Amino acid sequence: MEGFPILSLLTFLPIIGMVVVLALPKKLELGIRYTALVFTGLQVVFAAVLLANYNYAAAGIYEESSFQFIEKFRWIEIPGVSWLGTVKIDYFMGVDGLSVPMILLTAIISFIAVLSSWNISKSVKGYFALFLLLDTGMMGVFVSLDFFLFYVFWELMLLPMYFLIGIWGGPRKEYAAIKFFIYTLFGSVFMLLVMIGLYFSAMEVMPDGSKVFTFNIIAMMDPSNFTVEGILSPFNPNNYRFVAYLALFVGFAIKIPMFPFHTWLPDAHVEAPTAISVILAGVLLKMGTYGILRISYPIFPEITRDLMYYIALFGMINIIYGALCAMAQRDFKKLIAYSSISHMGYVLLGMASLTSTGINGAVLQMFNHGTITAMLFLLVGVLYDRTHTRGLNDFGGLATQLPVYTGFVTVAFFAAIGLPSLSGWVSEALVFIGAFSVESIRTLTMISTLGILLGAGYMLWTLQRIFLGKLNEKWAGLKDLEFREYAMLVPLTVIIILLGIYPSAMLDIMNTSVNTLVDFLAVNVSNSASIGLLN
Amino acid sequence: MDLNSLYTSFNYIAPEITIAVALIMIVIFDLIFDKNKKIIPYIAYLGIFSALFFVAANFNLTGTNYKVSSLNESMGMISTDTFGSFFKILILVSSALIIFFSKTSEEIKKTFERAGEYYALIFGMILGMMFMVTASDLILIYLSVELLSLSSYVLAGFTKLRDRNAEASLKYLIYGAVASGLMLFGISLVYGMVGSTNLAALNNYLQLPLANVLTFTAAAVLIFAGIGYKISAAPFHFWTPDVYEGAPISITAYLSVASKAAGFALLIRLIRIGFVRFIDGDGNWHISGIFDWQSFIIIISILTMTLGNFSALWQNNLKRMLAYSSIAHAGYILLGVAVLSNHGLMAVMVYFFIYMIMNIGAFFVVMLIADKTGSEDIDDYNGMGYRTPLLGVALTVFLISLTGLPPTGGFIAKLYLFIALVDANLIFVAVIALLNSVVSLYYYVRVLKHMYLTRSDKDDLLFEISLSNKFFVTGLAALILLLGIYFTPLLDLVKNVSFFTL
Repeated sequence: MEGFPILSLLTFLPIIGMVVVLALPKKLELGIRYTALVFTGLQVVFAAVLLANYNYAAAGIYEESSFQFIEKFRWIEIPGVSWLGTVKIDYFMGVDGLSVPMILLTAIISFIAVLSSWNISKSVKGYFALFLLLDTGMMGVFVSLDFFLFYVFWELMLLPMYFLIGIWGGPRKEYAAIKFFIYTLFGSVFMLLVMIGLYFSAMEVMPDGSKVFTFNIIAMMDPSNFTVEGILSPFNPNNYRFVAYLALFVGFAIKIPMFPFHTWLPDAHVEAPTAISVILAGVLLKMGTYGILRISYPIFPEITRDLMYYIALFGMINIIYGALCAMAQRDFKKLIAYSSISHMGYVLLGMASLTSTGINGAVLQMFNHGTITAMLFLLVGVLYDRTHTRGLNDFGGLATQLPVYTGFVTVAFFAAIGLPSLSGWVSEALVFIGAFSVESIRTLTMISTLGILLGAGYMLWTLQRIFLGKLNEKWAGLKDLEFREYAMLVPLTVIIILLGIYPSAMLDIMNTSVNTLVDFLAVNVSNSASIGLLN
Repeated sequence: MDLNSLYTSFNYIAPEITIAVALIMIVIFDLIFDKNKKIIPYIAYLGIFSALFFVAANFNLTGTNYKVSSLNESMGMISTDTFGSFFKILILVSSALIIFFSKTSEEIKKTFERAGEYYALIFGMILGMMFMVTASDLILIYLSVELLSLSSYVLAGFTKLRDRNAEASLKYLIYGAVASGLMLFGISLVYGMVGSTNLAALNNYLQLPLANVLTFTAAAVLIFAGIGYKISAAPFHFWTPDVYEGAPISITAYLSVASKAAGFALLIRLIRIGFVRFIDGDGNWHISGIFDWQSFIIIISILTMTLGNFSALWQNNLKRMLAYSSIAHAGYILLGVAVLSNHGLMAVMVYFFIYMIMNIGAFFVVMLIADKTGSEDIDDYNGMGYRTPLLGVALTVFLISLTGLPPTGGFIAKLYLFIALVDANLIFVAVIALLNSVVSLYYYVRVLKHMYLTRSDKDDLLFEISLSNKFFVTGLAALILLLGIYFTPLLDLVKNVSFFTL
């Protein structure tokens, strides 16, 4: 694999697909669909190749040399003048145990989302072109190791997402789309400011020995790279690191979405077409938590430790609040949206524990949430396609009419509740074990476990309302699943069951990196300030 | 000044001479070839490109000329330097784009029998702007501002097709007269204190603590009023929406780019030559303590961008909305000036270069659509993205760039602006500017919403645009995207042009 630009390929394959789609005539709708399917399929293949060549023992996180499939070259370079140092920005990609699960998730979910978009009939060309652009943005975020590049990809998804919700969405699509756009941009402008602040605080040593300001995320993790007077440098007694951490955290928290920044999500989900909901829940939300683990944690270890209690607190609020809201919903999709908020709370709780078990659980939960919630949204879509309603009280007794569908729903629901032998159980258990072992957040963890109870409550109640009881005569003519729907549901079911029985398949990928991250946080928290002062 | 030095100094104003000659040529051709007006735009192109050639050929030429007195050799009416050359290029390039713009615009075509006047007046503006960016004496500054203003008053009401035209012209004239009166008063105060109108003399005077603070502050604010009117900074911006809406759209685009660029160049030169005591190794400008330019400009710029953005939210006419958006952008650019350092200057220049392309691009698309539909109302843009896919995509690119999202040039412009602000530790100001750009997203995206999200019954009415227009629009949009991904050449150019002749 040496020298083969697999990460660029993974990232820019969809863009190539987009160009092909745009080149095809508008009338050739089937051709456009197959093009999108082929390119996302290729992405899955390359993701599998990546996994096959991935070295499980390499850590990554803060050590540039142990990242894998690195692609690094100078993108922008402007030689300095007397008052202006050299300006350089790298095109820098690489993966470690945190990003590989996310890459797999992005590839799989994108492929399945194309399948589920098969029945889109309005401006097919525009839809798939935007979809593929979105895919590039998502993949790019997970492979970038340069903050500038990361930010470009982060923002790249906004516009396609806006149009995908806004053009192909439901009745209140315009409101939902602009709400999503403005919320996310609000978060990301603060990220931009922190990015610039970090740029002026960290200097990277070039091969010729000179020091230049850098956007390199890895370089920003090493305290010895910080300048003395930089505004985000730990050595500057008047630094703004705390404020910057909060600003950055808000930027990521809006994406997760963390209470109280979550209000865009139910709107976006309800209005978005099924496939976009799948992408939104499956991949987009993970970018928030991924960003925190990749950027906030290792660059600001001391503040992370100071604030871990509050991160756990918000995780707990997310879990309980999301579950309570879900319980009150009458709209199937909105219920899943709130359950998604609740489940992202587990990720936050696990991350806040700062233990190996907890963070392993959190990353695994990111992957599992991606597959389970994606499947739930797909299932909602399947039902909606047939009945054009999502009201939970409009159904009843569907189990007799749609036995296979009911089977899939049951699997997904039980996985979401956390039934042993399904994937959700493993990650939630790890999160709770990790969080419980930390004295300071033990109470919060105990309250959070109520989330499982509430989750079982609303999930089983939903199951009962839709599938049990007497069949509503209106739905007597419904047909069970067709081939395309099998094609998108079966892979997810397989993953869910497989990771429930053999979670090591995923845990082994991330374990080394997560352990390194935990060690890095522990060491750096206590020493970061003093190391620099002694030098 | 003897004849010999007059002769050698021709080199320093070769571009201005070219423009003046072209102006006369246009008038003559207009009179002689009365029947064949089609040739006039080409004379205009010829004049602009020759001037561009002279600017480029003498890009690194520096020096000050047209000395006011024989006693002090360093004080001339004009300063030729790379800073000025950069802005001259900016003005000439945008003029060339505007000539193309005017050739296409239906509004201007309707009054084609007066094409001679139109282009002559444009050249009057160009000449005024060229002198504005190079003038280093308050008298010449005032004259060049007036030359620019008088030409643009007429152009604002040029077509006389709608009542709005006359309103625009009159409003522009009245506000302009007040502003230049204030400026002149400010200049007279400076002359009274310094005894000279030269900026270098002003600088020498300020090195010693002689000035009366109150009088001097009044003078600085009054002079700023004249410039603030040109760059439409609050609270001197009231004319902008009405004039921009009423004027022919080619002139609106021109006013929003070139005339602003000239105003900014003038402001920067005024501060840089008149007030800077010294520049330290990091490129920070240390200003004479008599007038706190930094706080003053920051307040003005926050006011400008906030007013611009919040007013733009409620506009239903796209031209008017772009007018408010251009006010907001003037606010952002002013922040770059407020940093008072070479970094800030660099940010201003990067911003202007990109702003020129995206703003002219946006106005051009609006014009093409207005020519077909006869309307600039945002409601009439319903489904426009389907009726004319190319223009729809291009306008999307321009508007996204105006918002400042990657991967467009507008992001790079904003990025360097914020880099300059953070570098100068003006973080609070940067936060306000960032929040402002979130607000701006709403009204820019509102246009996209109408173009793509709202369908209309006319969706199937496709409309055709000529091949040259397609190339023009695609070229500008591609350039904006390219600048968002690869901006090394622009930055490389800009970092080298922060040189001033005192």
